[in-house]
Amino acid sequence: MISQIFILSSKGDHLIYKDFRGESGGDAVGVFYEKVTALTGDQPPVVMSHKGLHFVHVRQGGLYWVATTTADSSPFTIIEFLNRLSALVKDYCGSLSEKSVQMNFALIYELLDEAVDYGYIQTTSSDVLKNFIQTEAVSSRPFSLFDLSNVGLFGAETQQSKVAPSSAATRPIQSSREQGGKSEIFVDVIERMSVVIGSNGMLMKADVEGEIRVKCYLPNCSEMRIGLNEEFSIGKSQLRGYGAAVRVDEVSFHQMVRLDEFDSHRILRLCPSQGEQMVMQYQLSDDLPSAPPFRLFPTIERDSGGRLLMYLKLRCDLPPKSAAINVAATIPVPKGSLSLSQELSSPDQSAELKPQSRAVVWKIPRFTGGMQLSALFKLEVPGLSSASLLEVGPVGLSFELPKLTATGLQIRFLRLSPVQPGPSQRWVRVP
Amino acid sequence: MPYLGGEETVRELRRALSNPNVQSDQLRYRNTILKVIRAMSQGVDMSGLFSEMVKACATVDVVQKKLVYVFLCSYAALNPELSLLVINTLRKDCQDPNPMVRSLALRNMTNLRLPSLVEYVEQPLAAGLRDRAACVRRVAVLGWAKLHNLQASSEIDAAVVNELYSLLRDPDPVVMVNCLRALEEILKDEGGVAINKPITHHLLNRLKECDIWGQCQVLRVLQRYRPQSEDELFDILSLLDASLVSPHPPIMAATLSLFLSLCSGQPAVSLAALERVRGPLLAACGSGSREMRFTALCHIQLLLRSIPGLMGAHYKRFFCGYAEPAYIKQRKMQVLVELVNDENVAMLLDELKGYCTDVNAETAQAAITAIGRIGRSYSDRCLEILTGLLGLKQDHITSAVVQTMRDLVWVCPQCSDTVCFALEGCEETLQDSQGRQALLWLLGVYGERVSSAPYTLEVFIDGVRSEASLGVKMELLTATMRLFLCRPAETQDMLGRLLHYCIEEETDMCVRDQALLYYRLLHCGIEETRKVLQGRRSDPSLGVLIGRPAEPVSQWARSFNTLEPLRQGSIETDGALNRLKQ
Repeated sequence: MISQIFILSSKGDHLIYKDFRGESGGDAVGVFYEKVTALTGDQPPVVMSHKGLHFVHVRQGGLYWVATTTADSSPFTIIEFLNRLSALVKDYCGSLSEKSVQMNFALIYELLDEAVDYGYIQTTSSDVLKNFIQTEAVSSRPFSLFDLSNVGLFGAETQQSKVAPSSAATRPIQSSREQGGKSEIFVDVIERMSVVIGSNGMLMKADVEGEIRVKCYLPNCSEMRIGLNEEFSIGKSQLRGYGAAVRVDEVSFHQMVRLDEFDSHRILRLCPSQGEQMVMQYQLSDDLPSAPPFRLFPTIERDSGGRLLMYLKLRCDLPPKSAAINVAATIPVPKGSLSLSQELSSPDQSAELKPQSRAVVWKIPRFTGGMQLSALFKLEVPGLSSASLLEVGPVGLSFELPKLTATGLQIRFLRLSPVQPGPSQRWVRVP
Repeated sequence: MPYLGGEETVRELRRALSNPNVQSDQLRYRNTILKVIRAMSQGVDMSGLFSEMVKACATVDVVQKKLVYVFLCSYAALNPELSLLVINTLRKDCQDPNPMVRSLALRNMTNLRLPSLVEYVEQPLAAGLRDRAACVRRVAVLGWAKLHNLQASSEIDAAVVNELYSLLRDPDPVVMVNCLRALEEILKDEGGVAINKPITHHLLNRLKECDIWGQCQVLRVLQRYRPQSEDELFDILSLLDASLVSPHPPIMAATLSLFLSLCSGQPAVSLAALERVRGPLLAACGSGSREMRFTALCHIQLLLRSIPGLMGAHYKRFFCGYAEPAYIKQRKMQVLVELVNDENVAMLLDELKGYCTDVNAETAQAAITAIGRIGRSYSDRCLEILTGLLGLKQDHITSAVVQTMRDLVWVCPQCSDTVCFALEGCEETLQDSQGRQALLWLLGVYGERVSSAPYTLEVFIDGVRSEASLGVKMELLTATMRLFLCRPAETQDMLGRLLHYCIEEETDMCVRDQALLYYRLLHCGIEETRKVLQGRRSDPSLGVLIGRPAEPVSQWARSFNTLEPLRQGSIETDGALNRLKQ
């Protein structure tokens, strides 16, 4: 049971405040923000209490989404609700940011009014809510699929025009009474991979968490069928088929997905509602079908001048046609490091020393498969001792692999029925 | 910015709202009201516009109506007489052919929270319970709960309560769940809704029709039910089995809570249920939302208290990612300590060593403490790591290491040699009072083996006048006394100076009293002093890491699926450890 809900910007500006029960006396928002600023570090704990007021919050889109509740409430429910609320706001407003919340406050008050009554959650389904929500969304910029990147040189159509820009899925969903607007449906396969590699190069742990998300702008869609790889298998087993099998450890499906054709042909059937929903979630640990995409060979030593030398060789083991983008390596360095000098192999890479997080961040915008990049960093560290070398590492690497999945999961086909009267577009993206 | 010119804004908006040109133009009127709400949500006080907003309420534009209601519900308590004027519009709207308008009016009538309006509200609410449209019934049901809480003294008519009970059989699932919620509130003094067998079976049969939130509510209410026979119990459990492994964490948690309360008399069944939720909880630990991951992690800690081996094979899932927030990393480390065994100890310690140099001081300290706890069973390896960390000469790390070593030596006296050796030179790096207290305790108890102990103590004693911390001063007194008992020649002089200062010049009474006590003890003779001061140095029976007995589920079942496990602070019970060392 929720007593109040409020949304604050990261600087503490009041964006939205709604009191459902009229029970609490004091200034809950002020108390919450005081507690947040009083703590060191930038990540306040999820649950905080102050004289009988219990705050539960999540951070989405750089904003604080806070609910006050009783001590025996289920944290799973409250957190799931706050996440779902921010997803609804994102669906309705197009994007999630301080600006979009400020511009659409009337819509958000309407959403809160319909979704929660007297502190009890009534519904968060966008299908049900769209019948009640009357306010129009205000976007920050007019949506247009006509991006400059789509037009090639001399006006010729390039390969890129077949790929929707990633901003295409960030427009608001239409309210039920509107006609027109593009009918589109986006199916995304998103995987998050986290790998820990020991200092001897041995793979210590590898986890992949993946999901298939559907974002539907079709005003009425009765059924959709998504086909996955035929050889997709679930569960650990000692037997392996011939050839490259696609395997995951565990899979869970949305309540609405019908699995009658899943066992035989690996087809998922569902009737998507407007907005974004997670159709399938899966996990794979420890047994990735392909090698990790990167390998790092570091050498660290002290030179005669008392400076720390780090020579890093990063190798990309992807096939030559693919590339990783937005690669960033974070190397923690000893406290008190003063300055950095670097030698990088190409001009589009960059590296800088960040004193607050005490790390060197090396950024590589694009890393093609099969290539090897190296960098030499020299750090001035006054009072460098052999024990300081302990403070170097572990190195963290973050990257995006478009069009590639670690498990090999692919969407074979996408079929909508009944066939839509107007032209409709289907986009399948694998970011 | 919101507070500058608040008065100015109110005046301008009042002018605009009273302007007949604005009132006749629907769009302009709506936009002006939008401005009022925007200012209100930014914290500006708009209560002066109440009468203008009341007039704006009578409109056919539903969007405008909703905005006005947002305003009125916030400020109604300040203007009870003016709010009466709104009632007529609201009552008229309750009879509107459009069900959306009816439900909106009913909801806002009850949200106004004005005791003076109650007499006008009862009749539409009673009619709402029998409305054709489900959305109106949902609102009416909760409306009775709001009414009840508004007038705590008066009783809700028994006829209404009966009607709410009968609405539990309403075809719309949300109406059914709202009835549960309303009855729980109205009948709070009697212990809430009467959960008997027919109601329980009815709710369970309709569980699948409800969405996530409805299911969670039903499962929570059912916790009060006591099945009448074992057969009935197992029927219920098998019905709920699919919910136990639901991919939605709220449903999984609510079902497990229900299982644990239904099976409180059958520990074997409870333990089996815990094994079943291992998969879903681990999946929740990998969720996209950080806060959900944290919640799942905290609840896994609860389960591990009863089944320590539950996550043994999955220990790698609890390695920390470098970008994770500090609160997740610290909990993961606590879990890792529980999962250590002979096979994985090397890998775990390697991993924890990497976290000791984390940029966040609290995380680094948590990692060092975790290594210390593992050291109770694997002391050699852990001490090696800890002494290596002292070489970094960083104050927060050294402080955490010294405190950890103190705790370790208390339970593993065989480590004392290594610890004594490592202590040389620590005092230069220590800044905070916790670390210095720990160092002083160690020097006091093991001072005969640390060659530089008297010199270190002398430095502290020379600086005692500027010492701010009470704990450090007390510990210094005790440590110097203990060292005097084993190395009298070197310490006699400085002990005298310390006692003199503490008795003559110290303002804090606790320190002075302690010093007086020691002074008089010394007068009684050296044997007496030795008996009092050289108490126990260690207690190996405390805190064995591996082989701790598992707790029964009933100890923590009440706090499962509540905010309790997520609170700040670790689960450990080292408070006992600290008290014994005095």
